[in-house]
Amino acid sequence: MVEKRGTGLWLTHVVMIFGVLVIFFPIWLAFVASTVTQPEIVKPPMPLWPGDQFVENYTKALFSGVNVPVATMLFNSLVMAIGIAVGKIVISLLSAFAIVYFRFPFRTAFFWMIFLTLMLPVEVRIVPTYEVVAGFGMLNSYGGLIFPLIASATATFLFRQFFLTIPDELAEAARVDGARPMRFFWDIVVPMSRTNVAALFVILFIYGWNQYLWPLLITTDPEMNTIVMGIKQMFPSGDDVADWPVIMATSILAMIPPVIVVVSMQRLFIRGLVDSEK
Amino acid sequence: MKKSIIGALAVSTMLSPVAAMAQTEIQFWHAFTGRLGELVAAQVEEFNASQDDYTVVQTHKGNYSETLNAGIAAFRAGEQPHILMVFEVGTATMMAAKGAVRPVHEVMGQSGATFDPDAYIGAVKGYYTSTEGDMLSLPFNSSTPVLWVNRDAMTAAGVDPDTDLSTWQNVGTTLDALKAGGEDCPLVTAWQSWIHLENMSAYHDVPFASKDNGFGGVDTELMLNGEAQVAHLSAMGQWAKDGKFIYTGRRNEGGANFRAGECALFTESSAGYAGIKAEAEFDFDVRPLPYWEGVGNAPQNTIIGGASLWVMEGHEAEEYKGAGTFLSYLSSSDVQAKWHQDTGYLPITAEAGQATRAAGFYDENPGTDVAVIQMTTNQPTANSKGLRLGSFDQIRGIIDEELEGIWSGDKTAQEAMDSAKERGDALLRRFEAANR
Amino acid sequence: MEKRVTFRGWVLPLLLIAPQVLISAIFFFYPAGQAVYQSLFIPDPFGLSSQFVGLGNFEYLFGDRFYRASFVTTAVFSVLVTLCSMIPALFLAVMADRLIKGSGVYRTMLIWPYAVAPAIAGVLWLFMFNTRVGVVSWYLGNLGYDWNHVLNGGEAMGLVVVASAWGRISYNFLFFFAALQAVPRSVIEAAAIDGARFWKRFWTIVLPLLSPTTFFLLVVNVVYSFFETFGVIHTITSGGPQQSTTILVYKVFADGFVGQDLGASSAQSVILLFVVGLLTIIQFKFVEKRVHY
Repeated sequence: MVEKRGTGLWLTHVVMIFGVLVIFFPIWLAFVASTVTQPEIVKPPMPLWPGDQFVENYTKALFSGVNVPVATMLFNSLVMAIGIAVGKIVISLLSAFAIVYFRFPFRTAFFWMIFLTLMLPVEVRIVPTYEVVAGFGMLNSYGGLIFPLIASATATFLFRQFFLTIPDELAEAARVDGARPMRFFWDIVVPMSRTNVAALFVILFIYGWNQYLWPLLITTDPEMNTIVMGIKQMFPSGDDVADWPVIMATSILAMIPPVIVVVSMQRLFIRGLVDSEK
Repeated sequence: MKKSIIGALAVSTMLSPVAAMAQTEIQFWHAFTGRLGELVAAQVEEFNASQDDYTVVQTHKGNYSETLNAGIAAFRAGEQPHILMVFEVGTATMMAAKGAVRPVHEVMGQSGATFDPDAYIGAVKGYYTSTEGDMLSLPFNSSTPVLWVNRDAMTAAGVDPDTDLSTWQNVGTTLDALKAGGEDCPLVTAWQSWIHLENMSAYHDVPFASKDNGFGGVDTELMLNGEAQVAHLSAMGQWAKDGKFIYTGRRNEGGANFRAGECALFTESSAGYAGIKAEAEFDFDVRPLPYWEGVGNAPQNTIIGGASLWVMEGHEAEEYKGAGTFLSYLSSSDVQAKWHQDTGYLPITAEAGQATRAAGFYDENPGTDVAVIQMTTNQPTANSKGLRLGSFDQIRGIIDEELEGIWSGDKTAQEAMDSAKERGDALLRRFEAANR
Repeated sequence: MEKRVTFRGWVLPLLLIAPQVLISAIFFFYPAGQAVYQSLFIPDPFGLSSQFVGLGNFEYLFGDRFYRASFVTTAVFSVLVTLCSMIPALFLAVMADRLIKGSGVYRTMLIWPYAVAPAIAGVLWLFMFNTRVGVVSWYLGNLGYDWNHVLNGGEAMGLVVVASAWGRISYNFLFFFAALQAVPRSVIEAAAIDGARFWKRFWTIVLPLLSPTTFFLLVVNVVYSFFETFGVIHTITSGGPQQSTTILVYKVFADGFVGQDLGASSAQSVILLFVVGLLTIIQFKFVEKRVHY
């Protein structure tokens, strides 16, 4: 903002550094744990500074995945995350456009119907949802991984919020020019939403990437495993001990793609909101 | 030789229609990962290589409760595997599901492989056997609680590490000495309900629930607020208050404390052996689980925890034959002895135990036979055969909550157990209604 | 909030809305309808038999004092998670916004927690706070504080709140920062000329401008804390000690997924739908009116 000199600036930096340290600490700890040996971790207190096992642990994490190689799991996660992000953005753009720019029968009912899907995550209605997916023969398929998770309203809600802020004059002008609604959609709404789409892409990509229980339930073919499943599968059940360095190394690896997506989209993301919420 | 290479190629490509025609595929869902997962995979591979008729496909389906749910959801959708691993608390759920599971004694009997129900250790198979004596599921991984001792911590606190710890009375005295010697974590436990209530009851030959612990029918009620149990928990509660028993969580969180050398005594499953051996940088001992001298018929026998394999309904005859063959293979002495030695789980047949002893394994790894002896010295009674209670995972949750009330000093042992009975019975009535 | 300018016709909008409605119907409403239907029964998990009990499941639930208590727990938990994830995020965003240079590094580091799956985040926090052996509880112990979230309900609640809010701080930060960047410089500078102090300016001028973002985040975070945190709770406390961290959705999950009590679990889903429907109406009727667009 405006104050940017002198002690205020330094104070800001100090506060920022403190905040970042606190928030980043668990990640740092995971990283440290991924570079030391198991005995160093299990004997408290564990070190707070990275050790020398980086290459060893990461090699092990990369090449000794459970059931299938880590690369396959990363690929599946990528397909699932992108599928969910793209699918949801497309259907939400269309439905939000319909809800905001038209008056049609049952509009309010549809709006509430869609909005209700913000509630009740898939885990809570998991058995009936599983039966539906199995009924469509979509077990062990990308469709089965993606479609049930598209049935949620976050994106529709955000687009609705955004469309409401598009100046009425634009729609008015389009109507006066005799432009058809879809023309207005393609020429005005979609380009204006471009940056919002980027923001949503980030949110939905990470939502998809982080799924665990659903993929676990509907995939039996190891070739369809996702990376978060892969990490959880490294935790032993019962009384066996966890191999922390490798688990942590894999966890760090699994964070990299979403971080790349966020960082590379950040500029667009920020502009997305800058454009929308004046 | 040539044939086996072709076979291996066919299996490895998986897509080959020839392989699908020639071999019957058996789906096997389990809950094992890490080292145990590798051992299961090795068993399956060995079985597949040993014959040409069947291919077992093993899949990890998450932890125990995730695996059970995956099996249930799949059954409802008609996509169930042939063999499903279910942890011991899910036993009543599976048993009650008459149209969903096919008893193992039937499957193995019809598979043409040899099946001798008497070969299995009574205390192990008892948990999974009907009141008529028919084996319903195949015990896969079974363990029983024992007492782990950190000898170095004992010495450091000025306590003789060879002190007799066979009774809780002695343990009590030792805890005083440890505390006085400066040990700030004298006793820690894993799986508190399993060890300090379920096993405690069996070990002292007192009932945990009516109707022979639920074996006699679903109209059972909890009896865990009996005198013996309450007395034990009162003592534990006092130890907790005095800082002699440290509570670290409902699961096996205490293992981390013990393995790090932070605690002197640890009540935990015998299956903790591999982990403790791998991580402990101190001298340790395995001792039998302590009992209260003069209470009930102690020491009777302890009961098992772990999982068993259930065969699910809805498949072809040929596939059941394959499933039976696979289960027979798993029961064979060599496989069992190896499994027992690799994992610390109990052998399921007496012969496998004898083979292990004959091979000198117990001499090389002292203490690994403690659990076997503890389980097999006495013939199980109606109170020590096991537990068969519906919704038992949730009942354990209730017991955990009530125990936490004791450890924190909010409730007396009697109040807590009365409340656990009342709340648990409500769940048992629901289970009864669902399975009438 | 409605548009004054709209297009005519109703076939096109119905076509546009069809994909979403269809997917919602198949993958949400049909399964949710199943839940409503099942809430009237005590079914066995395999779907082999079931007993009609009418409203018996609801009677059973409301007769359980722990279930009634979990409404309060849920309210406390949701408010705490929402506050703990929004306030630090807003504060950090304001700080980052004040920095013209160098905020990139901070921003990049602040994003990481968002990339951690909730299933993993629970493990990570438990790893740090394990009684006596976790790295944080170890150092706390050395300072003379005996951290024990397995027996101390307050500490347990604190831990699950922090673990749940942690990743959301990053999420909220992204939104707040972007929204702050969008506040026209001229507005702020005009206020600066008036001599308004920074925080006064912030309260009176900037915060109102952020209200659409805040409203969106409020809805999304409340939904998150209600529905998407049970995995964290399951990993860290399993709802304990003594049910002090059992929130409504955790109980739905635990009864249905862990306990296979589909009847009780479905009845709880139905109750939840009512609660959430109510909350949604409140949010739209009362909060949205106060939001400036």
